Amino acid sequence: MLLFKKRNQRDQQKNLRLQSVISRFMGNPLAVLGLILFSVILLATLSVGFFLDYEQSALAFNIPQRLVPPNGTNWFGTDEMGRDEFARILFGARYTLSVGFVSTLFAVIVGGIFGAVSGYFGGITDNIIMRIMEIMMCLPSMILAIAIVVALGGSILNMVVAVGISNVPKFARIVRSSVMGVRNTEYVQAAQIIGTPFIPLLFRHILRNCMGPVIVQATLIFAMSILSISSLSFLGLGIQAPTPEWGNMLSDGKDYMRGNAYLVLAPGLAIFFSIFSLNLIGDGLRDALDPRMDI
Amino acid sequence: MSETIVEVKDLCQFFPVRSSIGKKGYIHAVDHVSLKLMSGETFGLVGESGCGKSTLGRTILRLYRPTSGKIFYNGNDITNANMKTYRRKMQMIFQDPSASLNPRMTIGQIIEEPLKNYHLFSEPMKRKERVFELLNQVGLNKDQIDRYPHEFSGGQQQRVGIARTLAVEPEFIVCDEPISALDVSIQSQIINMLEEMQEKRNLTYLFIAHDISVVRHISHYIGVMFLGQIVEMAKSNELVKNPLHPYTQILMSSVPIPDPDLAKNKKRIILDGELPSPIDPSPGCRFVTRCPYVKECNGRCKEETPELREITSGHFVACFKCQE
Amino acid sequence: MMNKTTNEVLLQVENLQVSFFTPKGEVKAVNDIHYTLHYNEIMGIVGESGSGKTVEAFTLMGLLAPNGKIKEGRALFEGRDLLKFSEKEYINFRGKEAGIIFQNPMTSLNPVYTIGKQLKEVLFLHNKKIQKSEAEARVLDMLRQVGINQPEKRMKQYPHELSGGMRQRIMIAMGIINHPKLLIADEPTTALDVTIQAQILDLIRNIQKKTGMAVIFITHNLGVVAEICDKVTVMYAGHIVEQGKVRDVFYYTRHPYTRGLLESMPSLLTDTKEPLAMIQGSPVNLLELPEGCPFADRCKHCMEKCKRQKPPQTQFEEGHIAYCWLNHR
Repeated sequence: MLLFKKRNQRDQQKNLRLQSVISRFMGNPLAVLGLILFSVILLATLSVGFFLDYEQSALAFNIPQRLVPPNGTNWFGTDEMGRDEFARILFGARYTLSVGFVSTLFAVIVGGIFGAVSGYFGGITDNIIMRIMEIMMCLPSMILAIAIVVALGGSILNMVVAVGISNVPKFARIVRSSVMGVRNTEYVQAAQIIGTPFIPLLFRHILRNCMGPVIVQATLIFAMSILSISSLSFLGLGIQAPTPEWGNMLSDGKDYMRGNAYLVLAPGLAIFFSIFSLNLIGDGLRDALDPRMDI
Repeated sequence: MSETIVEVKDLCQFFPVRSSIGKKGYIHAVDHVSLKLMSGETFGLVGESGCGKSTLGRTILRLYRPTSGKIFYNGNDITNANMKTYRRKMQMIFQDPSASLNPRMTIGQIIEEPLKNYHLFSEPMKRKERVFELLNQVGLNKDQIDRYPHEFSGGQQQRVGIARTLAVEPEFIVCDEPISALDVSIQSQIINMLEEMQEKRNLTYLFIAHDISVVRHISHYIGVMFLGQIVEMAKSNELVKNPLHPYTQILMSSVPIPDPDLAKNKKRIILDGELPSPIDPSPGCRFVTRCPYVKECNGRCKEETPELREITSGHFVACFKCQE
Repeated sequence: MMNKTTNEVLLQVENLQVSFFTPKGEVKAVNDIHYTLHYNEIMGIVGESGSGKTVEAFTLMGLLAPNGKIKEGRALFEGRDLLKFSEKEYINFRGKEAGIIFQNPMTSLNPVYTIGKQLKEVLFLHNKKIQKSEAEARVLDMLRQVGINQPEKRMKQYPHELSGGMRQRIMIAMGIINHPKLLIADEPTTALDVTIQAQILDLIRNIQKKTGMAVIFITHNLGVVAEICDKVTVMYAGHIVEQGKVRDVFYYTRHPYTRGLLESMPSLLTDTKEPLAMIQGSPVNLLELPEGCPFADRCKHCMEKCKRQKPPQTQFEEGHIAYCWLNHR
């Protein structure tokens, strides 16, 4: 009974802390704007399948209706095959966002491991890992991604790896520098003195206090990945033509830019708003997650 | 009679540095230091920033691997030993309580962690009781257990730090300037608490501080450090009443006295001269550039490093003039 | 240059109240502070962190943080109210009529300029017509005055090449290069070692004697106050608790907080193994200042009255005041 009561109290405290993080995030108008924007994009993307049929609205040609400017039924107009641009944007987001997310996750994990090892052990390990990372950084990320896609083929998995790999070094550097900073703090030394084994030391004391910059960087890299995927598809290397994807839609639209600018504007703005909202969220999270922020 | 618990013999701790020209050198942070700590007593280590007192404390705890020399704990050589068995008995209290507590852990988690690490009180309920008990001992309320460190004042944070240290029931604690980051009105609370804990648990302290009046109050024995070396060492009353080394004298005359009349009439020695670099120091007494007695030594201290020698019973000093 | 006698008033602060507005509410950092500072006088302001001692001084210099607000009060500097100064007037005031020294000399010096350049800049800022050679000479002279040997060499060095004590000397030189009438020293020796602290205190006292300027010396160390100050204001939670000549406050202490601070300091002179005297509890939260005496919660002598009503001012010897109900029995 007593234990139960304690537990309850503890949960309440946890909730309180979460509440204070949320309230700090909500107190930041730009972050809230970002969150709203991204939620709208995400919600629309997730729910579009309930309202529209993928085959019907995003793939099937409807030549008589081609290149109709935006109007009541076709909010963003129709493309050169007469497909509804709005539906294609929403279905396209599925690919762009999910590939972006997974490739970011890939970069977070792989880069995080390299960075943590490098920052914690220092010395020769650090030197070797960081030199490799620097070599990767020297290759322009787009060209690296293109090379990988060309070599391995343009499947979705390969896109994840291609875009992810070019982000690994950025991540490794961020994690490394914050691990190096945190590793020398007194609370890590204190944890060593009270006999904390290596793995809990690394996760509980070091990586946990590096989360702020990692999260901010992750949102930023998520945004960058969206851009990379779209660029690859724009170049015809990523997700191939009939499948709607913001990059290849932009590519298709560019031929009609003169007369039907909306075909470029719609995917362009979609890319812009997702990146913009992610950046705002990242900044807001950074401030909100810092426990020292509440006085 | 109390017995030796920690003994340090000829300990050196050098850190490599690269000077601007690219020449490699070593900072002699701890340079041939020998000392003995008696069980249940406090050894105070005074010195100014950069004199190596913190490094000495941390080297004894084997946070650094000593360059040379030996460290004994209860008669066992721990210089190269696996610290796992000893770490529980040898603990540390840090200077800045806000920096030494993980900001993302609640104080309950912080105090519980050492218990988990050493698998003490394996039942969660018992462990929790132990945490409550520790909180109570350091004068904190047990319903504060789920708060985060930044919600506490500096003094309370230091209490959390002390509770964490006491959790594993150590025998020997290095107190690295435990009060210098605290407000004046809190300092005496923490000093009294440390003294009380010592009495109750027969703890041995290595108390590191830059304020000689605090060290004098808490210590049985005092060592004065200057640039990596102990220049004078004696029972605390003896050292304060009869300081022999010129550096100790200057250190003591520099302490501001909270008594206006005494302060006005006090004879003050103002330190002159440059501090020599701790990077590969040349032979000779480290204090030679600032020493008021340098002429009386006829240049001997410029060539030879004076050794720490017993002048009167239990009073050691490293100065040629005083040894005469 | 400033041959005013001791009894001429330089600065008179009346009834100063400063609050910070934070998301958590109003932080009353300074409450009803008043004092009179004469030429040739060193006044210490003692208090713990959060006592408002720094805020008070920064307010006078027009350096209040943007979320801070002066709610009430006047600060007459030779008859002009500092609190009504425009930003432009402040720029002329700071560095010329009043100098300031900060706690951490490393962060207050610009790391990318040489010492000489930074000192000259302060000089040029307030003396537009000064010749280059004359500026050079004055900087050298100033460096010599603050006890820096080889000033020609030091002028060409960067802050990181100097030791902490030397940097603080540079800061002092910067503070007084334009011969101010007032020097505000905000914990100038806290970051320094005791032996260096003794040097710096010595220096400040000597310069003060020579120039006749007034000094406000902010510190948390009562020992330093005893060494250097003529009078002292003891602050707790933004309130004055006691004020007076140093001897009066130290020997005829009238407030339990001051007494607690004095008694809790371990002394080099007496050898007792008794536990130190303590002030119980933790510093008060400025967001939740009590209705009565701010020190009531921690006071040994706390009475019912103390919790309900703010204690009035009691006057003892000339200029010695305290705020405590104990003096009203």
